[in-house]
Amino acid sequence: MSVLVYTENWDGKFKKLNFEQVSYASEIAKNINTSVVVVSIGNVEETELKKLGDYGAEKVISINEIKLNKLDNQAYTKVISQVAEKEKTTILVFANNYTGKAVAPRVSVKLKAGLVSGVTALPSNYEPFTVRKKVFTGKAFADVVIKSPVKGLTLAQNSFGLIETENKAQIEKFVPELSDEDFRTNVEDVKKITGKVLLNDAEIVVSGGRGMKGPENWGPLEELADVLGAAIACSRPVADEEWRPHEEHVGQTGKIIAPNLYFALGISGAIQHLGGVSSSKYIVAINKDNDAPIFEAADYGIIGDVHKILPELISAVKEMKAAEN
Amino acid sequence: MKVLICISNVPDTTTKIRFNADNTAFDTAGIQWIINPWDELALTRALELKETTGDTIEKITVVAVGLKDAEPTLRKALAIGADDAVRIDAEPKDAFFVAEQLAQVAKDYDIILCGIEASDYNGSAVGGMLSEFLNIPSVSSVSKLNIENGDVKVNREIDGGSETLSTEVPFVAIVQKGIALEPRIPSMRGIMMARKKPLNVLPAVETEALTEFVSYELPPAKSACKIVDTENVKELVDLLHNEAKVI
Ligand SMILES: Cc1cc2nc3c(=O)[nH]c(=O)nc-3n(C[C@H](O)[C@H](O)[C@H](O)COP(=O)(O)OP(=O)(O)OC[C@H]3O[C@@H](n4cnc5c(N)ncnc54)[C@H](O)[C@@H]3O)c2cc1C
Ligand SMILES: Cc1cc2nc3c(=O)[nH]c(=O)nc-3n(C[C@H](O)[C@H](O)[C@H](O)COP(=O)(O)OP(=O)(O)OC[C@H]3O[C@@H](n4cnc5c(N)ncnc54)[C@H](O)[C@@H]3O)c2cc1C
Repeated sequence: MSVLVYTENWDGKFKKLNFEQVSYASEIAKNINTSVVVVSIGNVEETELKKLGDYGAEKVISINEIKLNKLDNQAYTKVISQVAEKEKTTILVFANNYTGKAVAPRVSVKLKAGLVSGVTALPSNYEPFTVRKKVFTGKAFADVVIKSPVKGLTLAQNSFGLIETENKAQIEKFVPELSDEDFRTNVEDVKKITGKVLLNDAEIVVSGGRGMKGPENWGPLEELADVLGAAIACSRPVADEEWRPHEEHVGQTGKIIAPNLYFALGISGAIQHLGGVSSSKYIVAINKDNDAPIFEAADYGIIGDVHKILPELISAVKEMKAAEN
Repeated sequence: MKVLICISNVPDTTTKIRFNADNTAFDTAGIQWIINPWDELALTRALELKETTGDTIEKITVVAVGLKDAEPTLRKALAIGADDAVRIDAEPKDAFFVAEQLAQVAKDYDIILCGIEASDYNGSAVGGMLSEFLNIPSVSSVSKLNIENGDVKVNREIDGGSETLSTEVPFVAIVQKGIALEPRIPSMRGIMMARKKPLNVLPAVETEALTEFVSYELPPAKSACKIVDTENVKELVDLLHNEAKVI
């Protein structure tokens, strides 16, 4: 038996979310007396692979084939399923990100594994196997039982945390059986945004709404993000009006994020907006309207003019940071 | 080419969510049902392609797995412009069950469009599962879909960027933000025509669900927001640093 984790890498490096997946899988493995195996696809150096051991991976299976440098959902499914069969896996853990959502459902069919996506906590029960997830775009929780012998999960980012162990991982190379037939999509071009904190990875997010009044007012917001090491987000009308790029749009029809801290600046807090940010650990609202629904979702708030408050907030953060050092 | 759009019938996105007395089922009383927003955008994109690529697209079909109460949503899709509709007559039990039902219809199509997520159960699963049942390629988080000289080109979002791909057909595109700008609204003429368009009902295939939603819970009421005085912005930073410990 084994709990199998698929860890994606970014230019050969893992992210916090991968270590979170492995920490989560280790807790499950402890409860059912089995071990955690990780499958990594791509060119990742041994020192990086070994890091997964710090969070409880006993074995890391590394697959490094040029053909697999770009994600092909069908080929990845075949590879992960072959490893799962070899390792007699009963529980698979994916991340609930783009790649996880692309691959986990296919693997689930191949292995006839019931799948629950966006799981937010350890199983509340193992017999029957019961996990919790959010439904109705964050408006409620549901407890879901997986009835099949093999089970699949995607873990909601930033919902579990990291648990370090004394363990050392053993690294194993594996050559999957693949034919040309398994590759039927072809990546022709890649565009990457570099040098910015990515919204999905950010611990702090500074977000602006229509109350910012116009794109020319984003300077202070960017400065606040900069001093906090935060990523920048916006409400949908702001992206629709092209004040900000579309990849910054959060909410039900944009990105769904779960940072530790979310600043909503001049955002009213419409239900579709909250659908994308309500999993944030803390929400700060700055809005001139004390009736704005955002204050019902927020933990801290200031009622006032955001244009006046932002510069004061920036200097207060700078002062705090200076006092720290 | 024939295009199929899988339609999930979901509560209006502004619905206040309630459950039955023992919290084991979603309370559907008084709910306004809509086409899942992604599926509506997928349909819009399919119509745009049909209009701009000559004779490339011969037919656009919409399909839902659901009971009779899903039919108004399918009629709306016909009113927006789909050529015909199929309802597979079964209560959608879980994503695996739904995908296997859809496979019996989808096997006859070239481009199959699903949304990245249904706004009710948030599974993000049906599209990928369907492609595996059919053993055909899939591309997920698709933000653009084009047909150039008969070849399919898609853009997909990745962490911190996007990729352009070509793919063989048949294939499943799992679509998200960007696929179309605004959903189309049915015209009066569209609504009239929809009444005459075919809506075929197929029996469900024998299959099982692998998961079951056993109970629901509303999130605990949030403690009241701490309001900091406008004259004392520094206090907010203190609270975030010392109380919440997030900066
Ligand atoms: C199907 C559907 C999906 C949607 N998906 C999304 C989504 O994913 N994301 C999203 O964000 N929206 C989404 N929306 C839109 C959503 O309903 C709201 O219209 C939108 O979130 C409002 O954006 P806003 O808060 O920036 O603007 P507004 O609602 O206009 O709010 C502006 C706020 O700024 C405040 N303000 C004004 N001036 C100042 C000032 N000087 N100082 C401080 N405060 C000020 C105002 O009091 C107000 O509260 C969706 C809608 C639908 C129907
Ligand atoms: C009375 C009732 C009871 C239910 N009980 C359960 C339960 O116990 N367990 C459970 O998992 N689910 C249950 N469901 C949810 C239902 O089965 C969902 O339709 C199914 O789980 C797929 O939801 P999803 O969130 O995984 O879809 P996603 O995978 O998020 O949907 C993605 C896309 O797949 C397509 N799609 C999704 N559903 C359909 C559909 N029905 N017809 C056509 N296309 C579709 C759409 O294109 C959609 O955009 C129940 C639903 C009802 C009405």
